[in-house]
Amino acid sequence: METVYLAIPLAPLIGAIVVGLFGKTLGRSVSHWVAIAAVAVSTVLSFIVLREMLWGGGQPYNDTVYTWMVLGDLRFEVGFLIDRLTALMMVTVTSVSLMVHIYTIGYMHDDSGYQRFFSYINLFTFAMLMLVMANNFLQLFFGWEAVGLVSYLLIGFWYQKESAVFANLKAFLVNRVGDFGFLLGIAAVLMYFGSLDYQSVFQSAQASPDMTMSIWGDAEWSVITVACILLFIGAMGKSAQAPLHVWLPDSMEGPTPISALIHAATMVTAGIFMVARMSPLFELSETALSVVLVIGAFTAFFMGLIGLVQNDIKRVIAYSTLSQLGYMFVGLGASAYAAGIFHLMTHAFFKALLFLGSGAIIVALHHEQDMRRMGNLRKYLPITHITMLIGTLALIGTPFFSGYYSKDIIIEAVGHAHRAGATFAYWMVLLGVFVTALYSFRLYFMVFWGEERIDPHAKEHMSHLPRYVMPVMEWPLILLAIPSLVIAWFTAGPVLFGGYFGDAIFVAPANDTLAELAGHWHGPVAFGLHFWASPAFYLALAGFLTAWFLYIKQPGLLPAIQSRGRLLYEVLVRKYGFDWLWINLFGGVGRGLGRLLWRVGDVTLIDGLIVNGSARTVGRVAGVLRHLQSGYLFHYAFAMIIGLLVLLTIFIGQWRGWFA
Amino acid sequence: MNFQMPDFSLALPELWVATMACVILVVDLFARGRESAPAFYLTQLTLLVGIWLAIDAQWGRDAVTFSGSYVADNLAVVLKVAMMGLGLLAFAYSRDYLRQRDLLKGEFYVLGLLGILGMMVMASAHSMLTMYLGLELLSLCQYALVAFNRDSRMGSEAAMKYFVLGALSSGLLLYGLSMVYGVTGSLDLGVIREAAAGVGAQNIMLAFGLTFVVVGVAFKFGAVPFHMWIPDVYQGAPTAVTLYIGTAPKVAAVALFMRLIGEGLAGLQEHWELMLVILAVGSLAVGNIFALVQTNMKRLLAYSTISHVGFLLLGFIAGTPEGYTAALFYAVSYSLMAAGAFGMVILLSRRGFEAEEVEDMKGLNDRHSGFAFIMLILMFSMTGVPGTVGFYAKWLVLKAVIDVDMVWLAVVAVIFAVIGAFYYLRVLKMVYFDRVEGGEALQAPAGLRVVLAGNGLAVLILGIFPDSLIAACAAAFGS
Repeated sequence: METVYLAIPLAPLIGAIVVGLFGKTLGRSVSHWVAIAAVAVSTVLSFIVLREMLWGGGQPYNDTVYTWMVLGDLRFEVGFLIDRLTALMMVTVTSVSLMVHIYTIGYMHDDSGYQRFFSYINLFTFAMLMLVMANNFLQLFFGWEAVGLVSYLLIGFWYQKESAVFANLKAFLVNRVGDFGFLLGIAAVLMYFGSLDYQSVFQSAQASPDMTMSIWGDAEWSVITVACILLFIGAMGKSAQAPLHVWLPDSMEGPTPISALIHAATMVTAGIFMVARMSPLFELSETALSVVLVIGAFTAFFMGLIGLVQNDIKRVIAYSTLSQLGYMFVGLGASAYAAGIFHLMTHAFFKALLFLGSGAIIVALHHEQDMRRMGNLRKYLPITHITMLIGTLALIGTPFFSGYYSKDIIIEAVGHAHRAGATFAYWMVLLGVFVTALYSFRLYFMVFWGEERIDPHAKEHMSHLPRYVMPVMEWPLILLAIPSLVIAWFTAGPVLFGGYFGDAIFVAPANDTLAELAGHWHGPVAFGLHFWASPAFYLALAGFLTAWFLYIKQPGLLPAIQSRGRLLYEVLVRKYGFDWLWINLFGGVGRGLGRLLWRVGDVTLIDGLIVNGSARTVGRVAGVLRHLQSGYLFHYAFAMIIGLLVLLTIFIGQWRGWFA
Repeated sequence: MNFQMPDFSLALPELWVATMACVILVVDLFARGRESAPAFYLTQLTLLVGIWLAIDAQWGRDAVTFSGSYVADNLAVVLKVAMMGLGLLAFAYSRDYLRQRDLLKGEFYVLGLLGILGMMVMASAHSMLTMYLGLELLSLCQYALVAFNRDSRMGSEAAMKYFVLGALSSGLLLYGLSMVYGVTGSLDLGVIREAAAGVGAQNIMLAFGLTFVVVGVAFKFGAVPFHMWIPDVYQGAPTAVTLYIGTAPKVAAVALFMRLIGEGLAGLQEHWELMLVILAVGSLAVGNIFALVQTNMKRLLAYSTISHVGFLLLGFIAGTPEGYTAALFYAVSYSLMAAGAFGMVILLSRRGFEAEEVEDMKGLNDRHSGFAFIMLILMFSMTGVPGTVGFYAKWLVLKAVIDVDMVWLAVVAVIFAVIGAFYYLRVLKMVYFDRVEGGEALQAPAGLRVVLAGNGLAVLILGIFPDSLIAACAAAFGS
């Protein structure tokens, strides 16, 4: 199996290198076939690994593949930890990635950076796989940074576009803030547990859960709490949790397949995965879990609200992603790790579907992203319409759709949780259901129903198209719509209650909220039919009806509501001022300070006085001294004799003890 | 006194080179017409076989023969292999240069080979007399080589200066040796070592002798203030000869120091240590500062040599086996870089045009990006950028002096290295960022290109995998 494990990440790496370096020579179609074949290999092998885990009696694999260097007792290694959690992530990552690869053929069809794009997404798949397969913190960090790098490259894929460059810089910088915490967290783990290897860290942590450290003054802090919160700050950056979420909506400047793959399905879920992976650590810290719970709940509700006032189709989905990531963190914070991961998986499918669907619309409308210039598109894009409807229904948690199971379990789990912040979180996620349904159906109605508001220019463009959506873009939609609908039917039971994860996820018995729920679980059908007992269902229905009423039945009411709720509307449009906070306050003060130090410290003192000043002095000295090299033989000989005398003097001085 | 038959087989490498030098002289007499091609190939063959003989006959031995005048040990082998290897490189570079200037004569090879023989004798010297013999053989060959282009006014002037100053330094060295002999009563370095350790610093005569010996060694290295000949000779000599003088004789100077002072007068370390500190700091300062204002590439490299000598001396100052290892490693790796740098000057020159000015480097990247990259490696290596062999050379000597608690010296050396970085990087700036109108493509023979490319890559590869070379140098000092 070791070869298989190695082949899974390496195949896309090789693809990335081949396409990246020789793409121009290979041409477009060879390049995309190489890239797709590489990911297809990973996908198939990942499924084999999963099958081995489920039915082949596969034991978790935890071993070092390559030792990079050894520093004292510290080992820097590349190693794989393959257990059921990893296998699930590998399958999710590779299969969504494969769909996106195929879809890209159509979406990027006319782009001049075609090969570059394929090279990047292959590289991304490699990095993401390295991240999830890691068995130590160093490799986790490598994967973490590598996906961040590719994300940066892809957000700025159209690097001539000013807004894209701004967005990728923003993503990069905000992630630096998160990574700062992440790195400190890893450092804390290394410092107190003396290892970077997961297993030994977990063992040392379990052995001494009450270790304390003093950071400031005499106050004693629990090491595990500090480490977990620092790690979670990293997760907040990567998984876009408030207040580090500001980069994700802007990342929509990147090509849509990227929004689907990186900024919805996989990379942004790295934080969720990381917390689940670290469950043996987080379980030891009630405080850290409360932080996770509260941050997640806040993001889940308030970011969803912003989605209500966005008009760019991709940004609505982006805010929806923020909100859903919040749900996943709430699941984790309630110790229902399995529920968080389960929602991660279902969300990966339906959110990728929604993004790819919106991409199809955008291409069909000649790069129109504003929903106010859409409407009644179900006439032109029937397949996109149906698949996006499935995605939307899954997202809002319609009974029997995959999202219903994953989201409802999170809500129930947090309802059963007892830690600080659980009540707040419960209300947030419950109200969030209404918001989710409202913005989702707002999008759906604005795009597919109502009157046609297509720009004449785009209309003109559409009339030249033989087909509005290329088949190569439709197939991934269909292939993603199927799991969005059905995946939970087979997986919800084992993953949530059947002990699928085994030892991969550790939950302290006192915290096990899912175990409390297990008594109510009588299979997916029973759970689906039980919808009437869940308040979430009524909230979702209310959201749907509100959207229908406002956008289909009485569209005239909207301006009135907007002007009544002027203040709220403004707050939402300004996104609660987070952007202002980061850009003007932190960014502005930071830049001001930097400029001051640059002017005074660097230009005047270091460059002016020290560097250039000393260089000028040395130059002047050299200019004078060069005359010593006169070219006259007797000067040279004289210098030698002087030198001899100096040496003799030194010697005599030493002998007489002058220097003693 | 019984005459003991010496063990000739031990001295096989020297015997072989000496014989072949004579053979080549004769062969060349009869095969003149074809640009002395037989002489060239025979010379290279001689050196290759010589390397093999040196390793085969002397590696792992520790034997003294010729009545205590000649020693065969690991140090001798490493030094000889380095000398012959660098000689090989120098001859390979020279051929096209000499051909283009109608200087391609068999005497070049014979003189060069005899010079290498002199160095080898120095490497194996176990008596002051043998050492002096080897030194004079080397020096005489060098004087003649510098004047090899006898119609060149600058060449003759340089040779004359070199000769007079060389004679002066030889006189000083000989004077010092005579004093050492007077105190210890022996020419045998082994005996001197014990006697010097016994008499120690109390004996003013011995210490006086030491001072003169140090001056002789310093002249050979070109350490300040005995460096004056270097810029004039480097500039005046034909570039091929400069390449020869600038490389292998540095290793010979290490031999001179190690045999006479490092081993022979080890007991006086507290005396020579301070003298070397003066020489080293002076060399670092003068070499780097003077190099800043040079416009002639060969002069710039000459001052660069002086500054590198300052670094090299740091290893001797440490006075530990690690320090000696570092110094030897420095000498070998510096010679390799210097060979490449002079090779680059040769590459850019052609008949009737000497690319001696630093300005001639301008726009090299546009003319040939591959050789621009080689230049980048060489200059980086001289600066001491990690990834090149020059980094390890500097690192080892600095570590050696820090290990003996002379941190201040390491700091001084690093400061001057920073100053030195300026003129190396200025060359690179010209190579990469300056544009020249009508810069023509490079015209250079294929052989020269291959040698230069190999040389540059060797600097890079040794910079990434320096272990084997370091191990060889360490083996020379029995660790």
